[in-house]
Amino acid sequence: MKTEAKIMLGLGLFFGLMVAVYWNWGHENAGSVMMFSGMLLGFLPGSYYYWWSRRMRARPEDNPNATQSQGAGVVGAFPGTSIWPFTMGMGAFFVVLALVFGIWFLVPGLALVVWALFGGTAESRRGGKV
Amino acid sequence: MVDVLDRPLVMDEPAHESHGPSGVLKWITTTDHKVIGLSYTITAVIMMVIGGAFAEIIRAQLATPNGTLVSLAQYNELFTMHGSVMIYLFAGPFAFGALANIIVPIQIGAPDMAFPRLNALSYWLYLTGAITMLSGFFTAGGAANFGWVAYAPLSNSVNTPGAGADLWIGGLLLTGFSAIFTGVNLVATIFYLRAPGMTMFRMPIFTWNLLVTAILILLAFPVLTAGLIMLYADRHFGTHIFSVAGGGVPVLWQHIFWFWGHPEVYILALPFFGMVTEILAVFSRKPVFGYKGMIFATLSIAALSLGVWAHHMFTTGVVLLPFFSIMSLLIAVPTGIKIFNWIGTMWRGEIWFSTAMLMAIGFVVTFLIGGLTGIYLASPPLDFFTHDTYFVVAHFHSVVMALVLAAMGGLYYWGPKITGYLLNERLGKIQFWFLFIGTQVFTLPLYLLGLRGMPRRMAIYPHDPQWKFLNDLSTVGAVLIGISTIVFVLNVVVSWKKYPAGDNPWDGQTLEWFTTSPPPHHNFYRLPPIRSERPTWDYNHPEHRSVPHGHVEVDQ
Repeated sequence: MKTEAKIMLGLGLFFGLMVAVYWNWGHENAGSVMMFSGMLLGFLPGSYYYWWSRRMRARPEDNPNATQSQGAGVVGAFPGTSIWPFTMGMGAFFVVLALVFGIWFLVPGLALVVWALFGGTAESRRGGKV
Repeated sequence: MVDVLDRPLVMDEPAHESHGPSGVLKWITTTDHKVIGLSYTITAVIMMVIGGAFAEIIRAQLATPNGTLVSLAQYNELFTMHGSVMIYLFAGPFAFGALANIIVPIQIGAPDMAFPRLNALSYWLYLTGAITMLSGFFTAGGAANFGWVAYAPLSNSVNTPGAGADLWIGGLLLTGFSAIFTGVNLVATIFYLRAPGMTMFRMPIFTWNLLVTAILILLAFPVLTAGLIMLYADRHFGTHIFSVAGGGVPVLWQHIFWFWGHPEVYILALPFFGMVTEILAVFSRKPVFGYKGMIFATLSIAALSLGVWAHHMFTTGVVLLPFFSIMSLLIAVPTGIKIFNWIGTMWRGEIWFSTAMLMAIGFVVTFLIGGLTGIYLASPPLDFFTHDTYFVVAHFHSVVMALVLAAMGGLYYWGPKITGYLLNERLGKIQFWFLFIGTQVFTLPLYLLGLRGMPRRMAIYPHDPQWKFLNDLSTVGAVLIGISTIVFVLNVVVSWKKYPAGDNPWDGQTLEWFTTSPPPHHNFYRLPPIRSERPTWDYNHPEHRSVPHGHVEVDQ
């Protein structure tokens, strides 16, 4: 986890230096705001990873001499199939069409998005089964 | 002694595997990263063919000075949609949606992507985004016609009324969210689902490049999405964010667009850099030369790419020229390291000139041409001279055609792993020569056209014999590229389930070559010990095991 933290903190540091130089040199707002936001995007997850990396034991994937048996056990829940991504995708499609062809497309669009949100959440809570 | 142990257990629903849906329902409901990746691959290749067809029409129009194949308005739609389809719907999704989806989890020994349902949603947003954008052709006013960069105020509702422009914005919103979700998924997968022993500095270069690409996506795409919402608000809600009349700033759109647009160049390129690195190493029978140097070069390119956006805006007169020029020129250093390392990887190797290898070498040559001309454009005095001419068109077509060569190399290299069957090598080599020669005949005359002053985005041009000859030459190149695509499609048809690949047809080095072709559900029945960045090679060639970065080998 330490390497992951270093990557993100390095990104934040890079943006921090860049925005300092850019703002002092050019006084340009748009680019300065975007680079400042980039700095936050580096520092926020980076500091979280760093905080955890100091408190957790090295994971098998961080141990250069780990054997495969050290990683045995439950890796995670991986659903075999699910209809909800397709449902939400179609909902988002209709929502975007409402931007072009009229507000009434929002009705099926939002209905599908909300249905997929509830369906997907229920599917997760029941361990992949609905 | 090198032993093989059972792979880690995965919590799965056996019923889903044995009694799951089949046919179209299986395609609609799948959350398997390989099936999703294959869907991405097929959709992206279809988009490449559509975008390529637009290009052939553009080149046919420009074969004569006063071409009448299409009207001026249709020409505007064609070059807008050619750029949009190739950048937004082909190159990006093929790189981080298609091959990354299939290969990255297998290369790190993971059973799937970290969020399989989010992964499926990404594909559906991409597909519906593509349909939305292309459906502009079927509206009364035609498709979007403001260029793929949609500069304000050309893209406002007065200058570009009609549904085509709105469909372009809507399509981009959908594909943008698709990319962001894929970025989240790739970062989480690589950070949390690596196999035991697969430390960060043992990951294959392709996976490293996809990690960096995903971080770039998370930094760049939200900015574009915000910009598109502002553009839509200007068009329909009466805001004046990009309009001088209402107190807005048109050049703000350029800042927002290029803050996304320049990292996007590397979001497109880095995955293909990774593909080529893998191919060159495997077909040279050597480890990657300068493994850590390659990684730091990738990180440097990505970081610098976030600070160069305004080199696309030198001629606006309102950007900090020295800052953006210095930053742009600096990118040549890590890119040069990569090219040096690619040559170093091949140096004294036992080179096998397979189709994939030829495509990879073709990539290096073509990318070098595109990269070197990019250094010219990073210099403001030269950029002022060539801005908005065919020189710029030639530069980025050298770059993107290099990526097409790499993409084809990736298909020949990993296609057998995905499908279980090889493509015909003879037809592949014929395709390569058409593609490689066609690319140079297509792009090199465009550099000269630009230096002779021909502007971009012209449907007709003056009767200058030099311009006419160079345009004709470029059109011949485009036809050769078109023929190469036909040869590729022919190869897929001719080779269909004809040449079984086996698990490791190229004597590959990384984990994907350890499993079956195609891989089983959740990818592995077993995993080898991972003691270097080449675990499959170490397992298959215990006498030549890698010694990772000077560390002493420890047997388990």
